[in-house]
Amino acid sequence: MTKTDALFHYCLRLGDDAVILGHRLAELCSRGPFLEEDLALTNIALDYTGRAELFFQYAAELEGKGHSADDLVYRRPERRYYNHLLCERPNVDFGHTIVRQFLFSVYDRYLLEELGAAKDTRLAEIAVKALKETRYHLSHAADWMVRLGRGTEESHRRVQQALNDLWTYTGELFEMDDVDLLLLEHGIAADLHTLRALWQAEVKQTLDRAGLQRPADGYMQTGSRKGIHSEHLGHLLAEMQYLVRTYPQAAW
Amino acid sequence: MSTTTTAPVDIFTEKIERGENIEPRDPMPEEYRRHLIRQISQHAHSEVIGMQPEGNWITRAPSLRSKMILLAKIQDEGGHGLYLYSAAETLGISREEMIEQLQTGKARYSSVFNYPALTWADIGAIGWLVDGAAIVNQVMLQRTSYGPYARAMVRICKEESFHQRQGYEIMAKMAAGTPEQHEMAQDALNRWWAPALMMFGPSDKDSLHSKQAFLWKIKRESNDALRQKFIDKTVQQAEVIGLKIPDPDLRFNEETGHYDTGPLNWDEFHRVINGDGPCNRQRVEHHVRVHEEGRWVREAAQKVLSFEF
Repeated sequence: MTKTDALFHYCLRLGDDAVILGHRLAELCSRGPFLEEDLALTNIALDYTGRAELFFQYAAELEGKGHSADDLVYRRPERRYYNHLLCERPNVDFGHTIVRQFLFSVYDRYLLEELGAAKDTRLAEIAVKALKETRYHLSHAADWMVRLGRGTEESHRRVQQALNDLWTYTGELFEMDDVDLLLLEHGIAADLHTLRALWQAEVKQTLDRAGLQRPADGYMQTGSRKGIHSEHLGHLLAEMQYLVRTYPQAAW
Repeated sequence: MSTTTTAPVDIFTEKIERGENIEPRDPMPEEYRRHLIRQISQHAHSEVIGMQPEGNWITRAPSLRSKMILLAKIQDEGGHGLYLYSAAETLGISREEMIEQLQTGKARYSSVFNYPALTWADIGAIGWLVDGAAIVNQVMLQRTSYGPYARAMVRICKEESFHQRQGYEIMAKMAAGTPEQHEMAQDALNRWWAPALMMFGPSDKDSLHSKQAFLWKIKRESNDALRQKFIDKTVQQAEVIGLKIPDPDLRFNEETGHYDTGPLNWDEFHRVINGDGPCNRQRVEHHVRVHEEGRWVREAAQKVLSFEF
C-alpha cells in the first residue's frame, strides 16, 4: 500500500462517516420535535453533506480513476462503504438521534483537531473548516444530553436507553489498521489511541452533568473498517442511490 | 383648553388611506385582526406542510449538490414558517393555538401541497411553478398594510426567488437530459401546471373576503391579475427549455399582450381543498404524529431551562 492509497482510503472513510450520518439526519426533515429543532437537525445534515463532498472530491483525485465525488457516493456498493457502524444506526427516537450525535461529535471534534495539523495541506484545510461546524454540533448535542438527562422521567429513561443501545458501537471509533498506521508515520492520520482517552473523559463529564450512567464497556461491535456493516446500511444506500442506479446514463 | 380625540377606528382608516403600515400596537378593527391571523397562519402552515412533499425526496436526491440545495431550500421554508408564526403572534395568537387549528382542520394551508411529489422532476416543478406562483403573490404582499407581515415578505421573497431558479435548473437539466429524464420533466409539468395556477384562488369577482382585503390594503392585486403575471412569465420559461405547457387553449393574445389560457377545473380545486385531494390526510396525519412523538422532548426542554446550564 502506497501513501496515496492509504490517504485515498482514509478520505473515503471520513467521507463515508459524513455522508451516512448526514443522510440519517436528513431523514428527520419535517420530523423534528418542534420547528426550530427540525431546522437544527437538517442544518447539521447539511454541514455533513457539504464536508462529505470535500472529502470525496479529494478521495476521487487521489484515486485517479476519473471518478467524481458523486460517483464515489452513488455508485459504490455496500461492501465498499467504510463509515463507522454508529453513523448508520437508525434514528429510532430523538433520544437515539441525540446520543448518536453526541458520541460521534465528541470523537469528531478531537479527530478534526488532530487532522487540522496533518502534514497534508488539503486534508488539514477540510478539517479546519469542518471543526468549526463540529463545535456547534457538539454543543447542540451536549446541551440536549443534559436537557434530556435532567428533564422528565421519560426523557431520562429514553436517553439512558439510547446510550445503552449505542455504546457497543463506540469501540470501533478507535480501531486502527494499516491505513492509519502508515499515515501516522507520515504525520497525517490521527492517533486514535490518544484520542480515546480524551473522548472518554469528555463523554464522562457530560454524562455526569446530565445525570446519566456510563454503560460498562462490554463487547464492542466491529466490522466497518473492512466494509462489514449492519443490515441497515443496504437499505439506506438502496434509497440514496436509487436514481443514479436506475438511470446510469443520466446526469442530474 | 380644548382637546380633540380621534376615535381608534379613524386612526386606523386614516393610516390605511395614507398608505402607512399598521403596527402591532396600533388600533385595528377586530375583523382586520382576524383576517390577518387567518391569512398569516395559513401562510405559515403552508410553508411547514410544504416541507413534506419536498422532504419526501431528500433521501433520494441524485447528487450531493442537489441534496444540499434541497436541504437548504426546505430549511428556508421552515424558517419562513417561523417568521410567519412570529408575525401572527403579534396579533395575539400563540403558535400552539395555530398548530392546534392546523391539526383540527380549522386552519388551512395551501391546497397545492395536497398533491404528491412522485418523481425527482417534481422537485424541479415544485420549485419552478409552486415557488414561482408563490413569489408573484408574495411580491404583492411586500406592500401589504400590516407591517410585520410586509417585512417578513421582503425577506421571504429574496429566498423564494433562489428556490424558483433552482427548481427551474432541475427542470432545464432534465428536459435536456436523456429521453426518460425529458419525459419525467414533461410529466411533472403536466401534473403541477393546473395546481400552480389554482394557487391564486378562484376569480375574486364574487369573493367577499377579497373585497374587504382590498379596502384594508391587505391585498393589492386581484387573483386573476396575479395569475396572469405568473402565466406570462412561465410560458416563456417553458419554451426556453423545450417543455410544453399542458393547455390546448394556450395562445398569445396580440391585443392584450398576454397569454390566454383554457378553463381551470375549479370543481377539482374545491374537492381537494375540502379534504379529498390525494395527500390531505397524509399531510395532517404526519404533522400530528410528529408533534405527538416530540411531546416528551418539548416537556423535557421546558423543564430544564437554559439558565441551568
